[in-house]
Amino acid sequence: MIAEILVLACLVIGTVFNCLGILGLLRFPDVYTRMHATTKMTTFGSFFTALAVIVYGASLFLGTGDGQYVTLVLHTAVAAIALAMTNAIGSHAIARGAHRAGIKPAQAVVDRLGEVPP
Amino acid sequence: MTPPFDLVVCILLVLACFALVRLVLGPTIADRAVAVDTVNTLVVATLILLAVIYRQIVFIDVAIVYALLSFVSTVFVAKYIGGEL
Amino acid sequence: MLAYIITFILALLLYLLFTAGSGTLWLWSPSELIAGVLLALLTAAVAGKTLCRGKDYRMANPLRLVVLFLYLVGPFLVEVVRANLDVAYRVITGRIRPGIIRVPSGMKTDFSVFLLANSITLTPGTITVDIDEGTNDLFIHNINVPEGWETRPAVKAEELFSLANLPAWIRRIAE
Repeated sequence: MIAEILVLACLVIGTVFNCLGILGLLRFPDVYTRMHATTKMTTFGSFFTALAVIVYGASLFLGTGDGQYVTLVLHTAVAAIALAMTNAIGSHAIARGAHRAGIKPAQAVVDRLGEVPP
Repeated sequence: MTPPFDLVVCILLVLACFALVRLVLGPTIADRAVAVDTVNTLVVATLILLAVIYRQIVFIDVAIVYALLSFVSTVFVAKYIGGEL
Repeated sequence: MLAYIITFILALLLYLLFTAGSGTLWLWSPSELIAGVLLALLTAAVAGKTLCRGKDYRMANPLRLVVLFLYLVGPFLVEVVRANLDVAYRVITGRIRPGIIRVPSGMKTDFSVFLLANSITLTPGTITVDIDEGTNDLFIHNINVPEGWETRPAVKAEELFSLANLPAWIRRIAE
């Protein structure tokens, strides 16, 4: 019963943060602010959907003792960690490339990187 | 009662369609790269949920490989945008 | 020699992680264990030199890995949750004040700079855009630059985080 409530809570949190991330992607003015929305919130939301699967698998394993649920939990954990790592590094790469391509941050109050000689 | 995994899958796929709107609209290449990255993240989350729905653990292995490959392609596109290729 | 041993252990752990739940000997079947040891030996022999290129083995210390785990589930998680709520607020209200600021990281090793840059990307309203390789200064895009920061030439890394002192944790882990 507790496991079901936890799974449901994780799913709701994940869905809400994914929705807000996509809303930010559609709403923000330039590529850097859009990256804030997608990098943080979509990673967090997808991490929580994976966490829901982990909790679900763990509760089924404790209920039945079947070995395949251990496989489910461990593989999902690996997928979630891979997702978090690769999203962070990929967003660095896109931000760096965008700044080198000459895309200025919109509405920026300060741009210290633009002042550095290349 | 099983948790409503299938409903969440539907919502995530609708969100992926909205991310594709940004892919079509996006004024610069970097915007499109961000949109593709977002769609990849959502697909990984969807695959993990589908593994539970269909009870196939292979789906999660596919999700891991998909995440790593999408990372490689993102870094490649970013290098191309920055003119370092 | 140490490089080969570290590669062997990491490869074996990865293999065991992916095949857990296959049998009855704890969680693994005997054939999987033998295959794992053989494949890890092969990996270490072939790729030991390429996978472990650095001369710096301080991250092989298990105590540092334990502190890294504590850091990830403790202060880092708190900051991530706060950052997500902050960005959610800005998505809904649309109140943003973006800008790129310069942050001297003060880190010495490559791994600590990597860890700090990734922590900054996933935590409060900031993403790392570029790095000055000579001085290890980070250039950070901030979604909401606080009042007064736009005139300062550099901002300390500790000031970015309000709830926990993440740079001190990273120094403890990686230096």
